[in-house]
Amino acid sequence: MHFQTRFKVFYMKNNKIGLVIKREYLTRVRNRSFILSTILLPLFFILFIVGSVYLSVHTIEKQRIAVNDRNGIFHSAFESDDEITYDFTTDVNESNFETKGYDAFLSIPADYNSKKDSIMLVSGKQLNMGTEDKIRGAIDDALRNKALLEHNIDKKLLDSLNSVKQEDQYRFSPVIKQGDKIQQSNANFAYGVGLGSGILIYITLFIYGAAVMRGVMEEKTNRIAEVIISSVRPFQLMLGKIIGIAAVGLTQLLIWLILIMVLLSVAGFFITPETLQHTQDLQQAMQAANPTSSTAMKFFEAKNMVYSANWGLIIPCFLFYFLAGYLFYASLFAAVGSVVNEDPQEAQALMLPITMPIILSFVIMTTAVGNPDAPLSVWGSMIPFSSPIVMMARIPSGNVPVWQLLTSMALLILGFIFTTYLAAKIYRTGILLYGKKVTLKEMTKWLFRKG
Amino acid sequence: MPILELKGLKKYYAAHKAVDDISFTIDEGCIFGLLGPNGAGKTTLLRMITGIIYPDEGSIFFQEKKFDQERDIFKIGYMPEERGLYKKMKIGEQALYLAMLKGMSRKDALQQIRYWFEKFEMQSWVNKKVDDLSKGMSQKLQFVITVLHRPPLLILDEPFSGLDPVNSNLIKEEIFNLSKAGTTIIFSTHRMEQVEEICNKIVLINKGKKILDGDLQQIKEDFKEHVFNIGFEEIPPSFIPSGFEILNTKGTSATLRIAEGISPSEILRQYLDHHAKINSFNEVLPTLNEIFIRQVKEIKTSSAFSDAV
Repeated sequence: MHFQTRFKVFYMKNNKIGLVIKREYLTRVRNRSFILSTILLPLFFILFIVGSVYLSVHTIEKQRIAVNDRNGIFHSAFESDDEITYDFTTDVNESNFETKGYDAFLSIPADYNSKKDSIMLVSGKQLNMGTEDKIRGAIDDALRNKALLEHNIDKKLLDSLNSVKQEDQYRFSPVIKQGDKIQQSNANFAYGVGLGSGILIYITLFIYGAAVMRGVMEEKTNRIAEVIISSVRPFQLMLGKIIGIAAVGLTQLLIWLILIMVLLSVAGFFITPETLQHTQDLQQAMQAANPTSSTAMKFFEAKNMVYSANWGLIIPCFLFYFLAGYLFYASLFAAVGSVVNEDPQEAQALMLPITMPIILSFVIMTTAVGNPDAPLSVWGSMIPFSSPIVMMARIPSGNVPVWQLLTSMALLILGFIFTTYLAAKIYRTGILLYGKKVTLKEMTKWLFRKG
Repeated sequence: MPILELKGLKKYYAAHKAVDDISFTIDEGCIFGLLGPNGAGKTTLLRMITGIIYPDEGSIFFQEKKFDQERDIFKIGYMPEERGLYKKMKIGEQALYLAMLKGMSRKDALQQIRYWFEKFEMQSWVNKKVDDLSKGMSQKLQFVITVLHRPPLLILDEPFSGLDPVNSNLIKEEIFNLSKAGTTIIFSTHRMEQVEEICNKIVLINKGKKILDGDLQQIKEDFKEHVFNIGFEEIPPSFIPSGFEILNTKGTSATLRIAEGISPSEILRQYLDHHAKINSFNEVLPTLNEIFIRQVKEIKTSSAFSDAV
């Protein structure tokens, strides 16, 4: 074959994969359900967060508690606040507190003196979470104060001791020092980012892996597969589909990222740096913080925290592990799709060997976010089947040595080349097999067949 | 000049020999019938010719060069028995996609699509999805997609299954047109009677083995049994036949077998001598079906014989 024809063949071969990728991409991106899920999901997500915060703030009912303090020790100790109101009355008892409009009735015996005496809290229904704890805390404080006073501690001294607050005394600032770099440490935030990225990779593996499988099943059951592979090699068709869907996934992630940034800056528009500065000044001037300024303060802290994270490492790593992890599993999903017929239950059974390692990775990840350096976490982030999920849980902690990261990446690339090679062997036989149930044993046989 | 040459093709699956040592040649420009009952190995054979699967042994020559899937695939149009299209894709886009996969440029493909869609009166379907088409419509579309890229070799696996007589005739006509324009056509079917009116060359296969091949007329000549049909105005009074026997009579016609070496005119004269009024007289050639059944039986007995020995 002389050069020109050889070039033409080479060009056509790659052009064909290009055509397949283009079709896979466009048919999905133009699909109404793609557009809806891409735009609505972040909105739902944000609505969910805002909604749950709103509900948790605004649904706390004020609890009214009637206290029958016949002993008189708690009278001065119980202070009503925005969650609990204490009423000291004598005409309320445990059988009429509900008709008098109280949520609970706290009864302290007249001769209360020792641990044998019981303080009873009667309520008509389960009290709000924390209310019980709060009441017990108030009782404990009152008893401690009483004991201290009985031992001749000055009342003034006691009051000043009780009003000590952390922020008046010191600032606690944990930092991470790596060489010359000193960074604010925030274990909780790293935990959150790690968990979030791990879960996101876990979900996308399933979403896009299943999309590959369904696509292959569609081609097989529609019988278009045979028409197409009379012009394209089965491997080209499989690869084109996998890459096309990867592009769909990246598009979706990108749109989500942009949407979230837009929504964040919209939120930032309402809380400008000036108001933040203002509330900060206000906070320093006044001891007591009113609720609005504390919300702004929290937002300011959160913003600082978000900026302090090592996004320059996290985002590229996330994209790598998203893509490589997807490529590792996508070809396996394609192989499963190629051997099943119309029966979805068949697919369920054959998917098990693929879904098990993904679920196992998720389990390892829950350990890895808390203990990024535990042996299980390190091994889990190295072995290709679990590394996409587990490594993403470790990276935000900032503790992953470069050699581990590079080894993990190299192994994952080798891993997906290997799975693609194996899956292609199953795929090209399975795609042409109509109406026959394929067992795992037969599939293994195909793996070792040559040609 | 042969466009396709198969030499000792074999494809074995675990349980059976799907194609067992088959060789034949297809000349350029002919309409070639690949015949055999269901499960004979036709589809496996076609899949090897189209490069979908590889033979275990043997070789394929396309246009006198060793078959190279990457290069020769564009010169073959294949309509599989299991028809398939993307159900949710628009018809125009689908045709364009499949044509471009066959190596056509976008412009060329669009031109061809316009030509065929007009010819088959399908213009109004362009933006429809396959889901919205009737079965006959999607069969037509499938045929159009197969021929869009002007392949020199067209392979049709059971092209008439599921088609009503009108569409059947339409496709048949197109097959003849394409053949006149120089396209070689391989026509695979298990329905022997369809082949008789379309093909000039055939190969008969059964259980993965070739049992017969050659020119259709020649084969019929080879297998003829000197059977004639004679039609009368009214059945003549019977006489003692010499040199022939009456196989059966039906209405006013009779089927005769003439003994070896006796000429048909001799028989006619005997009837005329008995004052028979003859309307028609013609030779009855065996149908392909009969030839096939006879061949299969013969092979069975001969192999049973060789097994016994």
